Amino acid sequence: MESYVFIPADLEEQKILATGIYGTNLVKVRGNYDDVNRLCMELSGERNWAFVNVNLRPYYAEGSKTLAYEIGEQLGWRTPDRIISPVASGSLFTKIGKGFADWLDLGLLEGDLPTMNGAQAAGCSPVATAWAEGRDFCQPVKPDTIAKSLAIGNPADGPYALELAKSSGGSIDSVTDDEIRAGIRLLAETTGVFTETAGGVTVATLAKLAERGDIGRDESVVAVITGDGLKTLDAVRGSFESFEIEPTFEEFTTKVEANLVAAR
Amino acid sequence: MSVTVKLPTQLRASTGGEASVAVEGATVGEALEALYGAYPELRERLSDEDGTLRRFINVYVGGDDIRFGELLDTPVGDGDEVQILPAVAGGS
Repeated sequence: MESYVFIPADLEEQKILATGIYGTNLVKVRGNYDDVNRLCMELSGERNWAFVNVNLRPYYAEGSKTLAYEIGEQLGWRTPDRIISPVASGSLFTKIGKGFADWLDLGLLEGDLPTMNGAQAAGCSPVATAWAEGRDFCQPVKPDTIAKSLAIGNPADGPYALELAKSSGGSIDSVTDDEIRAGIRLLAETTGVFTETAGGVTVATLAKLAERGDIGRDESVVAVITGDGLKTLDAVRGSFESFEIEPTFEEFTTKVEANLVAAR
Repeated sequence: MSVTVKLPTQLRASTGGEASVAVEGATVGEALEALYGAYPELRERLSDEDGTLRRFINVYVGGDDIRFGELLDTPVGDGDEVQILPAVAGGS
Protein backbone atom coordinates (compact mmCIF):
# COMPACT_ATOMS: atom_id res chain seq x y z
CA MET A 1 0.00 0.00 0.00
CA GLU A 2 1.34 3.40 -0.88
CA SER A 3 1.76 5.55 2.19
CA TYR A 4 3.13 8.87 3.28
CA VAL A 5 4.43 9.68 6.73
CA PHE A 6 4.78 13.34 7.66
CA ILE A 7 6.98 14.26 10.62
CA PRO A 8 8.42 17.41 12.14
CA ALA A 9 11.90 17.78 10.60
CA ASP A 10 13.55 17.94 14.04
CA LEU A 11 12.04 14.68 15.29
CA GLU A 12 14.42 12.37 17.18
CA GLU A 13 16.67 10.44 14.77
CA GLN A 14 15.70 7.10 16.38
CA LYS A 15 12.05 7.65 15.45
CA ILE A 16 12.90 8.74 11.91
CA LEU A 17 15.02 5.60 11.32
CA ALA A 18 12.48 3.30 12.92
CA THR A 19 9.77 4.70 10.64
CA GLY A 20 11.62 4.98 7.34
CA ILE A 21 12.83 1.36 7.44
CA TYR A 22 9.28 0.17 6.71
CA GLY A 23 9.50 1.66 3.23
CA THR A 24 7.13 4.60 3.32
CA ASN A 25 7.40 8.01 1.65
CA LEU A 26 8.87 9.88 4.59
CA VAL A 27 8.37 13.66 4.49
CA LYS A 28 10.15 15.90 6.99
CA VAL A 29 8.22 19.12 7.47
CA ARG A 30 10.01 22.22 8.76
CA GLY A 31 7.66 22.96 11.61
CA ASN A 32 6.15 21.48 14.76
CA TYR A 33 3.44 18.83 15.09
CA ASP A 34 0.73 21.48 14.75
CA ASP A 35 2.22 22.67 11.45
CA VAL A 36 2.44 19.06 10.24
CA ASN A 37 -1.17 18.44 11.24
CA ARG A 38 -2.34 21.56 9.43
CA LEU A 39 -0.51 20.54 6.26
CA CYS A 40 -1.85 16.96 6.43
CA MET A 41 -5.36 18.23 6.99
CA GLU A 42 -5.08 20.30 3.83
CA LEU A 43 -3.46 17.47 1.86
CA SER A 44 -6.07 14.94 2.90
CA GLY A 45 -8.71 17.25 1.46
CA GLU A 46 -6.88 17.80 -1.81
CA ARG A 47 -5.88 14.15 -2.31
CA ASN A 48 -8.12 11.13 -2.06
CA TRP A 49 -6.26 9.85 0.98
CA ALA A 50 -7.13 8.29 4.27
CA PHE A 51 -5.65 10.43 7.03
CA VAL A 52 -4.88 8.47 10.20
CA ASN A 53 -5.60 11.48 12.41
CA VAL A 54 -9.05 12.08 10.93
CA ASN A 55 -10.91 9.57 8.79
CA LEU A 56 -9.07 6.59 10.27
CA ARG A 57 -9.41 8.18 13.68
CA PRO A 58 -11.99 5.73 15.07
CA TYR A 59 -9.42 2.91 14.94
CA TYR A 60 -6.90 5.07 16.74
CA ALA A 61 -9.43 6.20 19.33
CA GLU A 62 -10.93 2.76 19.95
CA GLY A 63 -7.42 1.32 20.07
CA SER A 64 -6.47 3.70 22.86
CA LYS A 65 -9.27 2.24 25.00
CA THR A 66 -7.45 -1.09 25.08
CA LEU A 67 -4.99 0.43 27.56
CA ALA A 68 -7.85 0.57 30.05
CA TYR A 69 -8.88 -3.00 29.20
CA GLU A 70 -5.34 -4.30 29.77
CA ILE A 71 -4.97 -2.41 33.04
CA GLY A 72 -8.30 -3.76 34.32
CA GLU A 73 -7.46 -7.30 33.29
CA GLN A 74 -3.98 -7.21 34.83
CA LEU A 75 -5.39 -5.90 38.11
CA GLY A 76 -7.68 -8.93 38.35
CA TRP A 77 -10.70 -7.32 36.61
CA ARG A 78 -10.76 -4.31 38.90
CA THR A 79 -10.25 -0.63 38.23
CA PRO A 80 -7.33 1.11 39.96
CA ASP A 81 -8.06 4.05 42.25
CA ARG A 82 -6.07 6.42 40.10
CA ILE A 83 -4.57 6.73 36.62
CA ILE A 84 -1.76 9.05 35.65
CA SER A 85 -1.51 9.42 31.89
CA PRO A 86 0.35 11.79 29.56
CA VAL A 87 -1.70 14.40 27.71
CA ALA A 88 -0.80 15.77 24.28
CA SER A 89 -3.97 16.10 22.17
CA GLY A 90 -5.91 14.73 25.15
CA SER A 91 -7.08 11.70 23.19
CA LEU A 92 -5.31 8.87 25.00
CA PHE A 93 -6.24 10.29 28.40
CA THR A 94 -9.94 10.57 27.58
CA LYS A 95 -10.07 7.19 25.84
CA ILE A 96 -8.56 5.44 28.85
CA GLY A 97 -11.38 6.96 30.89
CA LYS A 98 -13.89 5.82 28.28
CA GLY A 99 -12.43 2.29 28.24
CA PHE A 100 -12.95 1.94 32.00
CA ALA A 101 -16.44 3.47 31.80
CA ASP A 102 -17.46 1.03 29.03
CA TRP A 103 -16.25 -2.06 30.88
CA LEU A 104 -17.76 -0.89 34.16
CA ASP A 105 -21.10 -0.47 32.34
CA LEU A 106 -20.78 -3.95 30.88
CA GLY A 107 -20.05 -5.41 34.30
CA LEU A 108 -16.63 -6.69 33.21
CA LEU A 109 -14.79 -4.68 35.85
CA GLU A 110 -15.38 -4.11 39.55
CA GLY A 111 -14.75 -0.78 41.22
CA ASP A 112 -15.31 2.84 40.29
CA LEU A 113 -14.05 5.08 37.52
CA PRO A 114 -10.48 5.95 38.56
CA THR A 115 -9.39 9.44 39.48
CA MET A 116 -7.81 10.67 36.25
CA ASN A 117 -4.63 12.74 36.46
CA GLY A 118 -3.23 14.13 33.20
CA ALA A 119 0.46 14.92 32.75
CA GLN A 120 1.97 17.54 30.46
CA ALA A 121 5.41 19.02 29.88
CA ALA A 122 5.67 22.63 31.09
CA GLY A 123 7.09 23.58 27.67
CA CYS A 124 3.82 22.52 26.04
CA SER A 125 1.04 22.64 28.58
CA PRO A 126 -2.08 24.21 27.06
CA VAL A 127 -4.35 21.76 28.90
CA ALA A 128 -2.59 22.08 32.27
CA THR A 129 -2.67 25.86 31.92
CA ALA A 130 -6.40 25.84 31.17
CA TRP A 131 -6.88 23.58 34.20
CA ALA A 132 -4.86 25.90 36.46
CA GLU A 133 -6.87 28.89 35.24
CA GLY A 134 -10.21 27.11 35.59
CA ARG A 135 -11.04 27.36 31.88
CA ASP A 136 -12.96 24.74 29.86
CA PHE A 137 -11.05 25.42 26.62
CA CYS A 138 -7.37 25.54 25.68
CA GLN A 139 -5.40 28.46 24.33
CA PRO A 140 -2.88 27.03 21.83
CA VAL A 141 0.84 27.38 22.54
CA LYS A 142 4.09 27.01 20.57
CA PRO A 143 5.78 23.94 22.05
CA ASP A 144 9.30 24.03 23.50
CA THR A 145 10.08 20.85 25.44
CA ILE A 146 12.23 17.71 25.29
CA ALA A 147 8.97 15.71 25.38
CA LYS A 148 8.47 15.95 21.63
CA SER A 149 5.92 13.13 21.53
CA LEU A 150 3.67 15.37 23.67
CA ALA A 151 4.44 18.58 21.79
CA ILE A 152 0.97 19.34 20.48
CA GLY A 153 0.32 23.00 21.07
CA ASN A 154 -3.25 22.92 19.80
CA PRO A 155 -4.91 19.94 21.52
CA ALA A 156 -8.12 18.87 19.76
CA ASP A 157 -9.37 16.79 22.70
CA GLY A 158 -8.20 19.28 25.33
CA PRO A 159 -11.74 20.30 26.38
CA TYR A 160 -12.67 16.64 26.93
CA ALA A 161 -9.51 16.02 28.94
CA LEU A 162 -10.38 18.99 31.19
CA GLU A 163 -13.91 17.67 31.61
CA LEU A 164 -12.71 14.17 32.55
CA ALA A 165 -10.10 15.45 35.03
CA LYS A 166 -12.83 17.51 36.71
CA SER A 167 -15.57 14.87 36.77
CA SER A 168 -13.21 12.18 38.10
CA GLY A 169 -11.73 14.37 40.85
CA GLY A 170 -8.31 14.45 39.19
CA SER A 171 -6.20 17.21 37.68
CA ILE A 172 -3.95 18.13 34.77
CA ASP A 173 -0.44 19.01 35.91
CA SER A 174 2.78 20.00 34.18
CA VAL A 175 6.45 19.30 34.88
CA THR A 176 9.69 20.91 33.70
CA ASP A 177 12.27 19.33 31.38
CA ASP A 178 14.60 18.73 34.36
CA GLU A 179 11.78 17.02 36.24
CA ILE A 180 11.12 14.89 33.13
CA ARG A 181 14.77 13.73 33.05
CA ALA A 182 14.60 12.98 36.77
CA GLY A 183 11.37 11.06 36.17
CA ILE A 184 13.01 8.92 33.46
CA ARG A 185 15.85 8.13 35.88
CA LEU A 186 13.52 7.44 38.81
CA LEU A 187 11.50 4.93 36.78
CA ALA A 188 14.66 3.19 35.52
CA GLU A 189 16.21 2.95 38.99
CA THR A 190 13.06 1.81 40.77
CA THR A 191 11.36 -0.45 38.20
CA GLY A 192 13.94 -1.38 35.58
CA VAL A 193 11.85 0.26 32.87
CA PHE A 194 13.63 2.75 30.58
CA THR A 195 11.03 5.12 29.19
CA GLU A 196 11.08 7.89 26.62
CA THR A 197 10.29 11.46 27.58
CA ALA A 198 6.49 11.11 27.76
CA GLY A 199 6.97 8.42 30.42
CA GLY A 200 9.26 10.83 32.24
CA VAL A 201 6.43 13.38 32.20
CA THR A 202 4.08 10.80 33.72
CA VAL A 203 6.50 9.68 36.45
CA ALA A 204 7.48 13.25 37.31
CA THR A 205 3.79 14.11 37.64
CA LEU A 206 3.25 11.08 39.86
CA ALA A 207 6.11 12.31 42.07
CA LYS A 208 4.59 15.79 42.14
CA LEU A 209 1.15 14.52 43.16
CA ALA A 210 2.70 12.33 45.86
CA GLU A 211 4.73 15.24 47.25
CA ARG A 212 1.64 17.42 47.21
CA GLY A 213 -0.17 14.82 49.30
CA ASP A 214 -2.84 14.21 46.64
CA ILE A 215 -2.33 10.44 46.68
CA GLY A 216 -3.50 8.34 49.62
CA ARG A 217 -1.05 5.76 51.03
CA ASP A 218 -3.47 2.90 50.40
CA GLU A 219 -4.38 3.91 46.82
CA SER A 220 -3.69 1.73 43.82
CA VAL A 221 -2.14 3.98 41.20
CA VAL A 222 -1.32 3.11 37.60
CA ALA A 223 1.19 5.30 35.76
CA VAL A 224 0.78 4.87 32.01
CA ILE A 225 4.25 4.61 30.46
CA THR A 226 3.70 4.98 26.73
CA GLY A 227 7.09 4.71 25.08
CA ASP A 228 10.54 3.08 25.08
CA GLY A 229 13.55 5.12 26.20
CA LEU A 230 15.55 4.04 23.15
CA LYS A 231 13.41 6.44 21.11
CA THR A 232 14.62 9.57 22.91
CA LEU A 233 18.28 8.95 23.74
CA ASP A 234 19.16 12.63 23.41
CA ALA A 235 17.03 13.42 26.43
CA VAL A 236 19.27 11.46 28.79
CA ARG A 237 22.62 11.95 27.02
CA GLY A 238 25.08 13.57 29.42
CA SER A 239 22.89 12.92 32.45
CA PHE A 240 25.54 10.68 34.06
CA GLU A 241 29.28 10.09 33.84
CA SER A 242 31.27 7.03 32.93
CA PHE A 243 34.93 5.97 33.06
CA GLU A 244 37.17 4.91 30.21
CA ILE A 245 40.33 2.94 31.05
CA GLU A 246 43.02 0.68 29.63
CA PRO A 247 42.37 -3.00 30.37
CA THR A 248 44.63 -3.14 33.44
CA PHE A 249 44.03 -3.60 37.16
CA GLU A 250 46.05 -0.48 37.92
CA GLU A 251 43.95 1.72 35.66
CA PHE A 252 40.84 0.44 37.39
CA THR A 253 42.14 1.26 40.84
CA THR A 254 43.62 4.66 39.96
CA LYS A 255 41.03 5.96 37.51
CA VAL A 256 37.83 4.37 38.73
CA GLU A 257 38.05 3.38 42.39
CA ALA A 258 40.20 6.33 43.44
CA ASN A 259 37.80 8.77 41.81
CA LEU A 260 34.78 7.12 43.38
CA VAL A 261 36.40 7.27 46.82
CA ALA A 262 37.29 10.92 46.29
CA ALA A 263 33.73 11.70 45.26
CA ARG A 264 32.23 10.17 48.39
CA MET B 1 -7.98 44.58 0.98
CA SER B 2 -8.56 41.60 -1.25
CA VAL B 3 -7.85 38.32 0.50
CA THR B 4 -8.31 34.70 -0.49
CA VAL B 5 -10.21 32.44 1.88
CA LYS B 6 -9.29 28.77 1.43
CA LEU B 7 -11.97 26.29 2.41
CA PRO B 8 -11.60 22.63 3.42
CA THR B 9 -13.43 19.98 1.38
CA GLN B 10 -16.03 19.59 4.16
CA LEU B 11 -17.29 23.13 3.53
CA ARG B 12 -17.21 23.21 -0.25
CA ALA B 13 -20.77 21.94 -0.61
CA SER B 14 -21.78 25.36 0.73
CA THR B 15 -19.80 27.21 -1.95
CA GLY B 16 -20.90 25.17 -4.94
CA GLY B 17 -17.59 23.33 -4.89
CA GLU B 18 -15.31 26.38 -4.75
CA ALA B 19 -12.07 25.67 -2.85
CA SER B 20 -11.15 29.30 -2.43
CA VAL B 21 -13.09 32.53 -2.45
CA ALA B 22 -11.77 36.05 -2.96
CA VAL B 23 -13.29 38.58 -0.55
CA GLU B 24 -12.66 42.08 0.77
CA GLY B 25 -11.78 42.86 4.37
CA ALA B 26 -9.12 44.38 6.61
CA THR B 27 -9.45 41.79 9.38
CA VAL B 28 -10.21 38.08 9.53
CA GLY B 29 -13.65 38.92 10.92
CA GLU B 30 -14.43 41.26 8.03
CA ALA B 31 -13.22 38.72 5.48
CA LEU B 32 -15.44 36.05 7.05
CA GLU B 33 -18.44 38.42 7.10
CA ALA B 34 -17.90 39.00 3.37
CA LEU B 35 -17.68 35.23 2.92
CA TYR B 36 -20.98 34.73 4.81
CA GLY B 37 -22.49 37.44 2.61
CA ALA B 38 -21.65 35.42 -0.48
CA TYR B 39 -22.43 32.02 1.05
CA PRO B 40 -24.90 32.42 3.96
CA GLU B 41 -24.84 28.70 4.84
CA LEU B 42 -21.25 29.02 6.00
CA ARG B 43 -22.12 31.32 8.91
CA GLU B 44 -23.75 28.56 10.89
CA ARG B 45 -21.04 26.07 9.99
CA LEU B 46 -18.21 28.31 11.21
CA SER B 47 -19.69 30.61 13.80
CA ASP B 48 -21.53 30.29 17.14
CA GLU B 49 -24.69 32.28 17.84
CA ASP B 50 -22.61 34.96 19.57
CA GLY B 51 -20.40 35.40 16.51
CA THR B 52 -17.29 33.63 17.83
CA LEU B 53 -15.72 30.86 15.81
CA ARG B 54 -16.78 27.35 16.66
CA ARG B 55 -14.33 25.49 18.87
CA PHE B 56 -13.37 22.94 16.25
CA ILE B 57 -12.66 25.46 13.51
CA ASN B 58 -9.08 26.61 13.08
CA VAL B 59 -8.27 29.72 11.05
CA TYR B 60 -4.79 30.59 9.84
CA VAL B 61 -3.36 33.71 8.24
CA GLY B 62 -0.08 33.06 6.44
CA GLY B 63 0.16 29.72 8.26
CA ASP B 64 -0.27 31.20 11.76
CA ASP B 65 -3.26 30.29 13.92
CA ILE B 66 -5.28 33.48 14.58
CA ARG B 67 -5.41 32.48 18.25
CA PHE B 68 -1.73 33.53 18.30
CA GLY B 69 -2.87 36.84 16.79
CA GLU B 70 -5.97 38.83 17.67
CA LEU B 71 -8.57 36.19 16.77
CA LEU B 72 -11.21 37.72 14.48
CA ASP B 73 -9.54 41.12 14.83
CA THR B 74 -6.30 39.78 13.31
CA PRO B 75 -5.42 42.14 10.45
CA VAL B 76 -5.13 40.84 6.89
CA GLY B 77 -3.25 42.51 4.06
CA ASP B 78 -3.80 42.62 0.32
CA GLY B 79 -3.18 39.19 -1.18
CA ASP B 80 -3.14 37.36 2.19
CA GLU B 81 -4.46 33.85 2.41
CA VAL B 82 -6.95 32.99 5.15
CA GLN B 83 -7.10 29.23 5.58
CA ILE B 84 -9.99 27.49 7.34
CA LEU B 85 -9.45 23.94 8.59
CA PRO B 86 -11.23 21.65 11.02
CA ALA B 87 -9.26 20.93 14.23
CA VAL B 88 -7.12 17.83 13.89
CA ALA B 89 -6.95 15.14 16.51
CA GLY B 90 -3.84 13.03 16.75
CA GLY B 91 -1.01 12.15 19.07
CA SER B 92 -1.47 10.92 22.60
